[in-house]
Amino acid sequence: MNGLTEALPPLSGHEALVEANRCLFCYDAPCTQACPTHIDIPRFIKKISTGNLTGSARTIFDANLLGATCARVCPVQELCEGACVLGSEHKPIAIGRLQRHTMDHAYSHGAAMPTVGAPTGFHVGVVGAGPAGLSCAGELARRGHAVTVYEKRDLGGGLSTYGIIALREPVGVALAEVEMIRNLGVRVLSGVEFGRDVTLDSLIGDHSAVFLSLGLGRTPDLGIRGEEHLVDGLEFIEQSKTSPAGPHVGRDVLVIGAGNTAIDCATIAKRLGAARVTILYRRTANEMTAYTHEYRFIQNEGVRFEFLTQPVEAIIDEGRLTGLRCRRMQRTGRGLPEPVSGSDFTLPADQIVKAIGQQKPPAFRGLETDRGYLRINDEMETSLAGVYAGGDCVRARGSASTVMAVQDGKRAAAAIHKALTGLIS
Amino acid sequence: MADLSINFAGIKSPNPFWLASAPPANSGDQVHRAFEAGWGGAVWKTIGGPVLNVSNRYGAWHSGAQRMLAINNIELISDRPLEINLREIRDVKRNWPGRAVIVSAMVESKPAAWRTIVRQIEDTGADGIELNYGCPHGMSERGMGAAVGQVPEYCQQITAWVKEVSQLPVIVKLTPNVTNIVLPARAALAGGADALSLINTVNSIIGIDLDTLELSPSVGGKGGHGGYAGPAIKPIALNLLAALATDPELAKSNLPVSGMGGIATWRDAAEFLLLGATSLQVCTTVMHYGFRVVEDLIDGLSNWMNEKGFRTIADFQGRSVPRLSDFGNFDLSFRVVARIDQARCIKCNLCYVACHDTAHQCIDLITAHPEHRPHPQVREADCVGCRLCYNVCPVEKCIEMVEVPSGRAPLTWAQLAQAEPAVAEDWEAMKKYRDRHGIHIH
Ligand SMILES: Cc1cc2nc3c(=O)[nH]c(=O)nc-3n(C[C@H](O)[C@H](O)[C@H](O)COP(=O)(O)OP(=O)(O)OC[C@H]3O[C@@H](n4cnc5c(N)ncnc54)[C@H](O)[C@@H]3O)c2cc1C
Ligand SMILES: Cc1cc2nc3c(=O)[nH]c(=O)nc-3n(C[C@H](O)[C@H](O)[C@H](O)COP(=O)(O)O)c2cc1C
Ligand code: SF4
Repeated sequence: MNGLTEALPPLSGHEALVEANRCLFCYDAPCTQACPTHIDIPRFIKKISTGNLTGSARTIFDANLLGATCARVCPVQELCEGACVLGSEHKPIAIGRLQRHTMDHAYSHGAAMPTVGAPTGFHVGVVGAGPAGLSCAGELARRGHAVTVYEKRDLGGGLSTYGIIALREPVGVALAEVEMIRNLGVRVLSGVEFGRDVTLDSLIGDHSAVFLSLGLGRTPDLGIRGEEHLVDGLEFIEQSKTSPAGPHVGRDVLVIGAGNTAIDCATIAKRLGAARVTILYRRTANEMTAYTHEYRFIQNEGVRFEFLTQPVEAIIDEGRLTGLRCRRMQRTGRGLPEPVSGSDFTLPADQIVKAIGQQKPPAFRGLETDRGYLRINDEMETSLAGVYAGGDCVRARGSASTVMAVQDGKRAAAAIHKALTGLIS
Repeated sequence: MADLSINFAGIKSPNPFWLASAPPANSGDQVHRAFEAGWGGAVWKTIGGPVLNVSNRYGAWHSGAQRMLAINNIELISDRPLEINLREIRDVKRNWPGRAVIVSAMVESKPAAWRTIVRQIEDTGADGIELNYGCPHGMSERGMGAAVGQVPEYCQQITAWVKEVSQLPVIVKLTPNVTNIVLPARAALAGGADALSLINTVNSIIGIDLDTLELSPSVGGKGGHGGYAGPAIKPIALNLLAALATDPELAKSNLPVSGMGGIATWRDAAEFLLLGATSLQVCTTVMHYGFRVVEDLIDGLSNWMNEKGFRTIADFQGRSVPRLSDFGNFDLSFRVVARIDQARCIKCNLCYVACHDTAHQCIDLITAHPEHRPHPQVREADCVGCRLCYNVCPVEKCIEMVEVPSGRAPLTWAQLAQAEPAVAEDWEAMKKYRDRHGIHIH
């Protein structure tokens, strides 16, 4: 699919060596602290510089089973690379790309792949094969527990497979990780929906412990007239990744929302041939939740912005979408901007994509929530004993990311292991 | 899984990596932390008579962005009181029975002084003694260190004094600052040494400060030669190790050798082992990054051994020694030429200028299109296979040296000189020989 292949080329062996040799090998390094999974970054980089890629891969896997995905999708400017001591004066070390170099080597050579621990006789059930679920399942398998993952969709990987644009991560990378977790003896059952095919009670009955990692839901409704003519941004991205024909893309495309998902949708529309792409946001650039580097990137792609603009109604002419009636907003004080009466105007559009986040997880009887997200304690356990949760479905605060989901899965696995065996590891 | 354990002249160690006798092995606390980090052994910082150190002790050679490719020091032996060192050695050994604790010593060249220090070391429970015949500065001005190591007779004499009283394995540490390393090594053997270690630091002046015109490091305005160590000295160390490995007398004795000098990575370590070392010592790299470097030394070496199918160190130790040979035994008919992969070439044209100005003028710059930058191309018929272009090329796998048939039967210089002595002595005969065999040197 034109324009939607992985944007960054892999580093050549020589490039990786040069970059690795720039690393100062800091003591108690800030990058390691900034990584949510605390990969020992100077160590894996030093090993690249000595030509020990096997050891480098093992160092990454020790802290993060989904290192190949994270190397590509992590907002490194905000995390490890943002903390690099070389960042202030020079260029920070390209940690993400070095990690990808090592992980590509590991997957292509089968080097240092994680292995299974001696069987413990315990059997844990995991709901959802996204980053949190896979990380938890893999970490449990490493400790010798049997694990079954229940996934409602056809493919595993969660948003890494269906939601993160191929520019950043091709589907194959996420699926290779699912395969790696399967090779640890984890059963991943696809097409099994929690709440329909299995229930909390049946899982509790069948397993020694349960981990819930079902992410979030679809794009919520805007509640405007003509909503049924709007495209769901998540489905739009999904088609760009998994359907050979790609999504249908209009000429005049409006994208509603200003988070990273909106940027991704605008990128796809632009690269797949839209003549004009405009992002609508009811606040200003200062409140955008998209990362600054993403905002800069999309401006370079030629995407326009309409700030302080709120959608009012999709305009339908003879059953066809022709535009969006909008209203200007203005700042009155510190709170939300307010509509300006009489400011309505129409933007022409033959496609409108809504990218305004995801619905909160569904409510389950017996599980307490915090602002609509599953409530967990410090041990990642929900209000029901033996039922743990992690990933986007517990992320009541802060912005959600893959690497945090991986860390949740890892921490939950350690907590479950401790609860089942009394052992700390 | 690879087994890294070694037995060095009866000294057992879980892996071949030892701290060299130097600042990293200066005190009980340091050696304790090094053992926690995974070091298989430590050679204690040299102990002996009373000394006082100076400050500004270390100079360093930095190359571009790479700090400390080498260090140069004017430090003496341990300046901590002898009893404190002995007590800490005893404590460390008691706490770490499975690790190798070796004590380096250097005292005045008198039998009584050596007898005393040997007894004191034996009382600590240490596993071995290393005789420091290497320190090139300061101590040598007092008749010790290199002043001993450079005179084979002294070397043999002192080794013999120590062996007379010592129950422990005795390792003689050699200085590289000699014209023929084999002579002091044989002297140590004759004195009864159980093992050798090499190299100590190389005589050097690291540089001059162009603002103050003082030497570096400067001790209140004065400076002088010091001991050079670190990655930059590895090739010297490997060469001296090879010299021991190929000397028939030493080879027959089977004395184990502890190799050191510039070991920074597991790759360096593997190279020392392939040239016959049994244990390895490291100083400068630890001074640069701390004890933690041992983790990748062990991990990288183990992974490499697993990939190669080597189960133990003995499986590959000395494997490259049979490859060591002399120029006279190299095959004159073996021929390689440089080949440039145009798809990879970035047209920096460094190979062109190197060959054109300093090798054999057989790389041409071809202008395929008036608007394109010219690209380098090798005239293979004229290429002598010197490998300079390969070495300067900054692009991975862009220039490769490819073996091509020379059309001549294998023949070494030694064979040629014997079969046709005139060719080796007379240019006219050589010219005829070349014509006969189609050897055209352009
Ligand atoms: C468009 C988009 C782009 C993003 N880009 C990035 C990025 O570049 N970098 C980054 O770090 N983060 C990014 N994120 C965030 C990141 O993808 C998530 O934080 C991460 O995937 C969360 O992992 P998870 O395992 O909690 O949930 P998910 O990845 O959502 O996985 C949940 C899994 O559970 C399954 N499931 C759901 N309900 C059920 C059920 N009832 N029964 C069985 N299975 C069920 C789902 O099918 C899915 O496989 C992005 C998010 C979106 C939406
Ligand atoms: C600062 C410094 C002090 C040293 N002190 C001693 C010493 O007391 N005794 C000794 O036998 N060697 C001493 N050495 C030499 C080292 O043990 C070692 O032989 C040398 O540094 C080469 O190893 P390297 O390249 O790993 O540093 C010293 C080296 C340095 C850099
Ligand atoms: S390294 Fe330590 S002892 Fe040496 S000069 Fe610096 S602070 Fe002083």
